[in-house]
Amino acid sequence: MIRLGERRVAWDKWLLFTCAGLVVVLTGSIILFIAGKGVSTFVTNHASPVQFLFSTDWAPDRAVAEGGPGVGSLIFLAGSLAVSLLAVAVAVPVSLSAAIFATQVAPKLGQRILQPSLEILAGIPSVVYGWIGLTLLVPFIRLHFGGLGFSLLAGFLVLSVMITPTIFTVSVDSLRATPAELREGAYAMGSTRWQVVRRVLLPAARSGIITGVILGLSRAFGEALAVQMVIGNLRKLPSSLLAPMTTLTSAITMDMPYTIMGSLWNNALWSMALLLLLVSCAFIVGTRLIGRKEARV
Amino acid sequence: MTVTGNKKAHLADKIATAVFWLGAILLVGSMLGLVGFVLYHGLRQISWHFLTAAPETIRAGGGIGPQLFNSFYLLVLSMTVAAPIGILAAIYLAEYSRPGFATEAIRFSIEALSSLPSIVVGLFGLLTFVVLTGWGYSLMAGAMALTVINLPLIVRVSEEAIRTVPRELKEGSMAVGATKWQTVWRVVLPSALPGILTGIIVASGRVFGEAAALLYTAGMSTPRLDFGMMWNPSHPASPLNPFRPAETLAVHIWKVNAEGLIPDLRQVGDGAAAVLILGVLGFNLAARALGRWLHRRMTAA
Repeated sequence: MIRLGERRVAWDKWLLFTCAGLVVVLTGSIILFIAGKGVSTFVTNHASPVQFLFSTDWAPDRAVAEGGPGVGSLIFLAGSLAVSLLAVAVAVPVSLSAAIFATQVAPKLGQRILQPSLEILAGIPSVVYGWIGLTLLVPFIRLHFGGLGFSLLAGFLVLSVMITPTIFTVSVDSLRATPAELREGAYAMGSTRWQVVRRVLLPAARSGIITGVILGLSRAFGEALAVQMVIGNLRKLPSSLLAPMTTLTSAITMDMPYTIMGSLWNNALWSMALLLLLVSCAFIVGTRLIGRKEARV
Repeated sequence: MTVTGNKKAHLADKIATAVFWLGAILLVGSMLGLVGFVLYHGLRQISWHFLTAAPETIRAGGGIGPQLFNSFYLLVLSMTVAAPIGILAAIYLAEYSRPGFATEAIRFSIEALSSLPSIVVGLFGLLTFVVLTGWGYSLMAGAMALTVINLPLIVRVSEEAIRTVPRELKEGSMAVGATKWQTVWRVVLPSALPGILTGIIVASGRVFGEAAALLYTAGMSTPRLDFGMMWNPSHPASPLNPFRPAETLAVHIWKVNAEGLIPDLRQVGDGAAAVLILGVLGFNLAARALGRWLHRRMTAA
């Protein structure tokens, strides 16, 4: 009887462990499959990874007679970086102010109005963000700032709204987690709220806020459709806020169906996907390191 | 000196407070503005015909019927796979796991999966579920790609829900001689259920609007569906056939815009965007209502 019971315990543990382990297997196979396809640009086609990362010479279908193909992806990489960094630059001050509002200024309003609003913003599908950008923002920019409207400006504005809920939520959590005594002590010494926020709260919540910013940046960097719909998809380095440009995700979305599997162009797109994957993993490792440092302190 | 210092500090405090208010108002305002914009333009496009008719390829007046059906069907298919696995994995993490390499690897994988760009998930789906399995662009391939996106979400919310179950409840169950599995199955899971269900519905909202992961898995086209063939899932025109290509509503918005073939592009896009937003809002409200209802029922009982 007792043995039967014991055996049953082992059985359930294994079932549960298998399900949890599946997540690891899945992550591993995503990395393996994308990497397997992504390295073929360098292994099969012998393109140089340095050229891939740092050259703007993108002509994967150029004939050998005209100098041979070039797979420099700097234009796309720079586009992705520009659009996501600018999005973060816009989103961080706004979401941090709102997070401080929700935790320090008016917690009730924060909980009843601000947080549900951000949940709704977080729930809006990215295609709908793209559609709003296309039908509201792009014509607005064209009318008031000139140019086509399809631009870096439209791209990072759309992204900044999309990543705000992420930065806000993580910041709120870390602001709430700061010990009440810290705050009360500062207030007791006669500090104003701004002094408490700037000298006590923000330093105490710093690593949490940084984690939120990294997660937001990661989301912006990997977003595909919303960006693709509003940036104009012109293969040029981003030169001005109003100029059309392109990104890694944009290139993958647009060109994947029109290139033949195994061709150099197609392989280069897979290399871009690998780059996206590596950057996303690097961001996660970054947040983990910050979290670990925090735990040790 | 101290008086002016104080004055300065109070002025700075006032300015800062105004900035905090501004941030909050700006965000609530953008939410209202964006949702209002979509609904204002979209609601007038929505009619019974729009919701049920098939889309047109080059003429005006098409609907989104098959796309709407595909979105929901894909959601159900994906949840049938992701929910059980996700909940079991969450039970493992909350009740069975011990700190160590395996647990660390599982947690890292969940974080990595949940921050993976969805276009990368779509490409992985293309390599494995479309090409490797030989399914081609299909509902099944799309459902699997959605599962990859879904799974980390479900594990996270379920684990949270399981962890909030009071210790005394578990200890009471163990004390009367129940095994760990019996305790989990009969005590922990039922009391964590409201949280888990709420989480699953919220995840459904996310998945309902997903497009990037579906472009190259479920595909960008839908065969002519014959709803008379509904209960014959092996027939290629059957809406329930899991191995047919299926363009969802979110993908439809992207596709009509990218192709630009139909003259009433703007109307179709506006209408479809409004339906998507209403769907997501509906999932969120349903999650809240269900959570509250279940909570009241369970605490009353």
